[in-house]
Amino acid sequence: METLFAWILRAVPFGTIILYGAAGEICTEKAGNLNLGIPGIMYLGGFAGFASAYLYEKGAENPNMALCVLLALLCAFAAGAVGGLIYSFLTVTLRANQNVTGLALTTFGKGVSNFFGVYVLNGQTATQSMVYKTFQTRMPFLSGLGTVGQLLFGYGFMVYAAVLLAVGMHLFFTRTRTGLNLRAVGENPATADASGINVTRYKYLATCIGAGISGFGGLYYVLDYNQGIWATTGQIEALGWLALALVIFTTWKPLNLLWGSFLFGFLYWLYQFLPNVLGITVASYVTDLVQMVPYVVTIVVLVLTSLRKKREDQPPASLGLSYFREDR
Amino acid sequence: MKNSHSGREPIARIVKRGEPSFRLKVVVRACAVLLALLLDAGFIYFVTGLNPVDVYVTMFNGTFGTLMRFQWALRDFASLLLIGVALAPAFKMRFWNTGAEGQVLMGGLASAFVMIRFGGIVPSGLLFTMMLLMSVAAGALWGVIPAFFKAHFSTNETLFTLMMNYVAIQIVASCVTVWRGQASGLGKLNTKTKAGWFPQIWGQRSTINVILVVVFVFAMFLYLRYSKHGYEISVVGESQNTARYAGIHVGKVIIRTMILSGALCGLTGFLIVAGRDQTISVNTAGGDGFTAIIVAWLAKFNTFYMALISFLLIFLNKGAGEIASAYNLNSYAADIIEGIILFCILGSEFFIRYRLVFGGTKGKEALR
Repeated sequence: METLFAWILRAVPFGTIILYGAAGEICTEKAGNLNLGIPGIMYLGGFAGFASAYLYEKGAENPNMALCVLLALLCAFAAGAVGGLIYSFLTVTLRANQNVTGLALTTFGKGVSNFFGVYVLNGQTATQSMVYKTFQTRMPFLSGLGTVGQLLFGYGFMVYAAVLLAVGMHLFFTRTRTGLNLRAVGENPATADASGINVTRYKYLATCIGAGISGFGGLYYVLDYNQGIWATTGQIEALGWLALALVIFTTWKPLNLLWGSFLFGFLYWLYQFLPNVLGITVASYVTDLVQMVPYVVTIVVLVLTSLRKKREDQPPASLGLSYFREDR
Repeated sequence: MKNSHSGREPIARIVKRGEPSFRLKVVVRACAVLLALLLDAGFIYFVTGLNPVDVYVTMFNGTFGTLMRFQWALRDFASLLLIGVALAPAFKMRFWNTGAEGQVLMGGLASAFVMIRFGGIVPSGLLFTMMLLMSVAAGALWGVIPAFFKAHFSTNETLFTLMMNYVAIQIVASCVTVWRGQASGLGKLNTKTKAGWFPQIWGQRSTINVILVVVFVFAMFLYLRYSKHGYEISVVGESQNTARYAGIHVGKVIIRTMILSGALCGLTGFLIVAGRDQTISVNTAGGDGFTAIIVAWLAKFNTFYMALISFLLIFLNKGAGEIASAYNLNSYAADIIEGIILFCILGSEFFIRYRLVFGGTKGKEALR
């Protein structure tokens, strides 16, 4: 039982990282843009959040932690959005190929973050930003309520914000005119254009805001999950691809993020906790194999959705295609 | 005309060009590379305060400084280019094979398996043949799985092949764990017998890789341009409906082409293991599988352009590495420089396909 609790306490924060990444990507893909630059964007967000918090702590005499958190959030969002802006300028305005642009953005984001990451730390390795303590602040009263309180309320505020975000996005896509317009752009931009929707503006905004949200994933990884340490962040790229997998897994529905992301967290940590729960020991080569489970599950979901051909489970119809009004 | 409904007129309109001339293509792309070099110089100056011209000279030395450096650059060039060549038929068919990384890894893994299992037991000619066949088969298998589902159920291949990469990575990680046993790393395989290592030619084991790449660049060019298969691929890529109408079995073409693409990726894995690394790890493909996607796309499936772009990227990469060690920067500078140049080339395609018409719609242009 103990192990199971420890597993949950590990899976939920992990799920939150990719929940942010995937939520941003869903927003982007709903506008018909398949942004394979998500790993790079998460890098940018994580780096900007960390760098701003770290430099502020170092510079200010009496750092105000609440301000520091706000600053980190703002910078992570802005950095992600800049990544999204590069992507949308190239793919929407200049109509470059989306897959290729995304991959280039991943290379670029990874390069910028790691290069300047070392630069900011200025030779010091394993430097911690103390703001992680604020990020990890538990709810004062509820998290004390025994095991259940721990499991439900034992996380930093960004976990709950992520849940609200997923619900909010669901309402946005299904209940608001803007959300419906956005989906129209992703399904059939020509029709959307004909009905007076500004396709370019929608694509730009959805991509930039989506990228900003994905940036929070990187921020959460560095400043909460990784306890404010920048040095060991080679993992962000793998997380970015996992976030992309999660988008497919949820069949482009934000509400499915709520359980999908935490399920992925469970699957990711399967290799460490399942043997304990079952009381067996497994060889280390088996743990290597078990780590592929999230990806295999995603492939299965991808195949099943294409087999069943249910209309509501399909990707946005114009996903990956550039739109040019005069192309008919 | 619908001027009446808004007073504002766009500053420029976008008009699609007809067939762009060769001169235009060259000029636009040269401008893109030039712009990228300027931006990179700006970045280098901003970070280091060094004279960018000096830095570019240092960069040049990364590839051309010594014979050995040049040979190493050629070796990496060969791997990148061969993956690009492998992707060409798939991309020409508009099949987004983002799984090259995994296909290369599976090929490399098969080679390493043969080296470990049969190295020193069978004669070297047979050993190389087995390595070749196994790695080609492994790569083809990894490529044909997504193709099968694409052909029969139109499963999204971009995402499927992407996920297959990570499955491959974990399989390699698992095998490496088994093979290394108690040791901390796998190290080079068969160090005593050197079984399964390519012989040294001109001082490098990778010479065979370079020669083979040249062969494949020509062969793939001819295959795509002059063979019946190549024609079918391009028809399927242009329009699947047209292909069906013309009596081409679309599913068959997709599966056949992906077997070819995967097999060539697997072959690359074999060449990397036998001619470069003499071992296998999750970094054997080292991101080349992704970079090659960009190479293949930018070259518009023309293998000779691919060679040019691959060389440019390897040159920049080696150069950035050289700058990094010369000026105490970290090697991630290479990723930034590469990213900037890719953005510029990608963006420049726009000016080849379209032209901007300045001035309002009231001008002569609108009357045509």
